[in-house]
Amino acid sequence: MAVLAEKVRSAERPGKSRRRRSARKRLEARWGWLLIAPSVIGLGVFSIWPIFRTLYYSFTLWGAFGGHTWNGLTNYRTLFSDSEVLHALRNTLIFALLSMLSVPIGIVVSALLNRPGLRGLGVYRTFYFIPVITLPAAVALMWKFVYNGDYGPVNQFLKLFGVHGPHWTSDPSTALYAVAIVAIWSSVGYNMVLFLAGMQTIPRHLYEAAEIDGAGKIRQFFTITLPMLSPTIFFVTVIGVINALQAFDLIYVMIGKNNPALNDSETIVYLFYDKAFVQSNGGYAAAIAFLLLGIIIVFTGCQFWLQKKWVHYE
Amino acid sequence: MSSAVLTAAPARAERARRRRRRDRRGHLVVHVILSVGALLMIAPFLLEMLISVETFAEATAVPMTFIPHVWRWSNYSDVFSAMPFKQMMVNTVLMTLARTAGQLVFCSLAGYAFARLRFRGQNVVFGLFLSVLMVPSQLFLIPQYEIIHDLNLLNSLPGLFLPGIFSAFGTFLMRQFFLQLPREVQEAAYIDGAGPFQTYWRVLLPLARPGLIALAILVIIWSWNDLLWPLVVNTDPSSMPVSAGLATLQGQYLTNYPVLMAGSLMASLPLIIIFILFQRHFIEGIAFSATKG
Repeated sequence: MAVLAEKVRSAERPGKSRRRRSARKRLEARWGWLLIAPSVIGLGVFSIWPIFRTLYYSFTLWGAFGGHTWNGLTNYRTLFSDSEVLHALRNTLIFALLSMLSVPIGIVVSALLNRPGLRGLGVYRTFYFIPVITLPAAVALMWKFVYNGDYGPVNQFLKLFGVHGPHWTSDPSTALYAVAIVAIWSSVGYNMVLFLAGMQTIPRHLYEAAEIDGAGKIRQFFTITLPMLSPTIFFVTVIGVINALQAFDLIYVMIGKNNPALNDSETIVYLFYDKAFVQSNGGYAAAIAFLLLGIIIVFTGCQFWLQKKWVHYE
Repeated sequence: MSSAVLTAAPARAERARRRRRRDRRGHLVVHVILSVGALLMIAPFLLEMLISVETFAEATAVPMTFIPHVWRWSNYSDVFSAMPFKQMMVNTVLMTLARTAGQLVFCSLAGYAFARLRFRGQNVVFGLFLSVLMVPSQLFLIPQYEIIHDLNLLNSLPGLFLPGIFSAFGTFLMRQFFLQLPREVQEAAYIDGAGPFQTYWRVLLPLARPGLIALAILVIIWSWNDLLWPLVVNTDPSSMPVSAGLATLQGQYLTNYPVLMAGSLMASLPLIIIFILFQRHFIEGIAFSATKG
């Protein structure tokens, strides 16, 4: 009897703590689900379900008076023979490529700012960063005036040299480039901040060693700064390309509808907005959105594949 | 041996002096380049300020008017009569506050749960969140519009902010931040008998302040400047935030540049001022989101 009681007691102790541990686990599980519940519901309703809904819409034809009917792959087939889509695709790629110029500019600016003992870093950083946080709609209006063909400062400046500048934002041959310059202008500061943060993690002794070996500042930049910064450059480029492929605000405000240059400067997202919310052609717009997803996946995939060749990880 | 040291010392001093001189000359060149760049960055703003106090005739004169005849401050008050500007600013502020508050609460709760609690299914849910992160937001837009439409919230403030109070990115950012915090803190709280929520609320959340500030800054910048979503749901001028207001109403006042410039300045100034005041937090927050996010 006593032996039995002893056995029970000895069996009880680990059992109790196991029970306590499993109670803890159950408590964690309950709280875990409770704490993520708002996000699960919110993102489920506003993000995850919409992806499937949009996918379904991309296979439908929208009537002029509401309602939609299944029409299989027709939207996707139309996409690749629609000259408007092909134009938008071309514009978007050119725009994304051009706006990536803010990466080398950002690298140069931050390399200059990163010189030891340079004064005024904070002031410069403020100036370069202000365009990043300025309302894009306001930026676009401001630059629209700068580019104005009749009295904009750009053309007035060119006039000093006897050059007659075009109407930059309504001339089909210049509009896209004019907008791309604004995109570069407004993202240099963002890149600069990230590059500066990246450069500050490069150990100083590398530069000191190079100095002793007699390497000049330029040489140090190419042999130390660039390779050590390559993970940051990779990240900035990936994010930058994804953002540029989704360009909308500047095009909407600086170009806008009824602009003769629209066909040569509208981007995929502008076309998506126009089809979905101006022309109420949600089915076709949904297909355009998936085309955009495809492009983003291809570009990002390529960059990840190419990074093995140039990104230098410690 | 000793003579070699004696001759080397002045030579080394001379070399150091020469390097210092070269550095100083280098600094000058660097300052010139950086100043030209900085000027390019703020020149459009200076022009904007100038135009905003000129008359229409002065703004469109060739050659340019650098000093206005009289400073026309009335352009600024004209903004308020040309469009429901005050209401638009209020809409922008409320939309931004609601989205920021929502994301701070929901993302930090979920971020903590993903980082610090163990429960069945969390990896699946987190994977789903990550996939949302990869998808361009245009893919959500049509159904989001339909939901807001069905809830009868078009042209309303809740319609503006509702989808924006949840964020996969914010959740991910907060999770990364909570992961950084030492585990011992949480275990100590457990031993003291704190439950999962108390551990979050009393112990980890105060430690996560830098992460919360970073998230808040990113949401404020995104929300204040957001254009596409407001254009889609709020087409009535008095329910628009100022971004959509400027973008759509510019057509009507297309030629009235002084008033448009005054409006643009007033619309972008609050964020610029907040940035200048909290510059360190902005820079750190953005760098944090890039390295951890």
